Amino acid sequence: MKGLFRRELPFHIMVWPGLLAVLIFSYVPMAGVVIAFQKFIPAKGVFDSQWIGFDNFRFLFQQPDFTQILRNTLVIAIAKIVAGLIASIGFALLLNELGKAFFKRTIQTLVYLPHFLSWIILGGVLIDILSPSEGIVSWALGFLGINSPFFLGSSSWFPFTLVLSDVWKEFGFGAIVYLAALTSIDPTHYEAAVIDGANRWRQTWHVTLPGIAPIVVLMVTLSLGNVLNAGFDQVFILLSPSVMDTGDIIDTWVYRMGLVNAQYGLATAVGLFKSVISSILIITSFVMASKFANYRVF
Amino acid sequence: MTRLSFGRKFFLTFDYILLSILAFLCLLPLVNVLAISFSSSTAATANIVKFWPVDFNLKSYTYALSKPEFSDAYWVTIKRVLIGTPINVILTMLVAYPLSKDDRLFRWRKYYSWVFIFTMLFNGGLIPWYMTIKTLGLIDTFWALVLPGAVPVFSVILLLNFFRGIPKEIEEAALIDGCTHWRILWRIFLPLSAPAIATITLFALVGHWNSWFDGLILMNKTEHYPLQSYLQTLVISFDLKIMNVKEAELLSQINNRTLKASQIFLAALPIMLTYPFLQKYFMKGIVMGSVKG
Repeated sequence: MKGLFRRELPFHIMVWPGLLAVLIFSYVPMAGVVIAFQKFIPAKGVFDSQWIGFDNFRFLFQQPDFTQILRNTLVIAIAKIVAGLIASIGFALLLNELGKAFFKRTIQTLVYLPHFLSWIILGGVLIDILSPSEGIVSWALGFLGINSPFFLGSSSWFPFTLVLSDVWKEFGFGAIVYLAALTSIDPTHYEAAVIDGANRWRQTWHVTLPGIAPIVVLMVTLSLGNVLNAGFDQVFILLSPSVMDTGDIIDTWVYRMGLVNAQYGLATAVGLFKSVISSILIITSFVMASKFANYRVF
Repeated sequence: MTRLSFGRKFFLTFDYILLSILAFLCLLPLVNVLAISFSSSTAATANIVKFWPVDFNLKSYTYALSKPEFSDAYWVTIKRVLIGTPINVILTMLVAYPLSKDDRLFRWRKYYSWVFIFTMLFNGGLIPWYMTIKTLGLIDTFWALVLPGAVPVFSVILLLNFFRGIPKEIEEAALIDGCTHWRILWRIFLPLSAPAIATITLFALVGHWNSWFDGLILMNKTEHYPLQSYLQTLVISFDLKIMNVKEAELLSQINNRTLKASQIFLAALPIMLTYPFLQKYFMKGIVMGSVKG
């Protein structure tokens, strides 16, 4: 028994530094969600603040803007997931048809660029290029005889701008897994299809698409965990008072309520509400993924 | 190879053109901002700059680089990248190695794994996280930017999946020869996992470079802001704190637009110079980490 412990000792020593960081910075905050059930006052701390049960949640669900924020979050997040999926798969299919390796690699390098830049940088870029008075987009649209809408300032356009710019940032990077799946399709399937007289379209329909179907199913399933993530960084940097009604999401609301207005209990309650629903969705997606796609996290 | 049919040729031409347009759409907004940053303020205000600078000059850059807020913030970011990235990568390796072992080799593996995995499923949310860091007295210290995210669990999973692909015989042979696990990790596993290590290093590096929210809420003094937190205050609202006559003179020759553009570009440049060289690694690394059967 002692020998066994000695043998495993290096493993324990390796794990502990990382484990300590996770315990302090992930598990202590998890315990901290009790603030959601308190009338939390920082000077009194967690142990002396008054317990008020579910009052924070009750107050929250009575707020008219809470349903609004929940709806905005769902609409923006789901639109991003669907549009991003279609764009990435479409891009991967189009790129896969080409033969020239150098051209393919160059295209990939270029479309990965926005992924690696922060929303601060891209927000600065978008605010400049989308400005109706001086932006280059309004100039380009004017070229086509179209009057530029106020992409970032009108509440009907704002969610559309969020979704489009998010797809622009991520479609290339999101295509990596599909490109890998496409190159791993057995070439003999194509040869067999040609012998059976299939043209290009039929090859795509009967060989390529079934070939990437498992990975598509997997990615759809795993994206379930993101339906409450509308993208804090992007919304935070682009949000303005004129688009609050369609652009305000749970995360920006928590930030304002908690760190700006110092309503700690209320903000924690909203955060907890989001965390609980998200974890139910993530666990469901993992279970489904392991059932349908034989997926294991580790 | 049979000759291409007319329809196929037509499709391929269309495909090449479409993909070129898509790629340019990812680049052009940045080229536009770059052109503005090199243009004179009159040209930028007159709104005639497209994809090439008008009245080329470097005034915005000289002004941006002479501003202490900008250079301070740049330095904070360089520091967090240089210190934070090795911490991320080393802790990831140290956690991934034991967790990649078989249950019979390391009986605690399952319990440790769940402790890490659970942080992906549930989190305490923003306010308790902030309160924890505040209680630890880390507010306004450099370590608040490095320690809270010290173990990127996604990278741990990516690396441990990669480690699992290394044949067990190599490790067994090394153990028989009297190698310790530290040596096996350092001398055998690391050299064999170059693509995965490169991928997690890139993620850590880009993560630290791009991070802004932690700086914004955990630093009270703006001189402690990392670059992206500073940029955020700039992009959202521009403050006109003119310090002296010389600065005022410089400001008359540049304007907000060219100045913002130059700082945006200076913040994007290091990333643009890094990721293309690691492309073949991260493409492999992503697939290894996320598409495990």
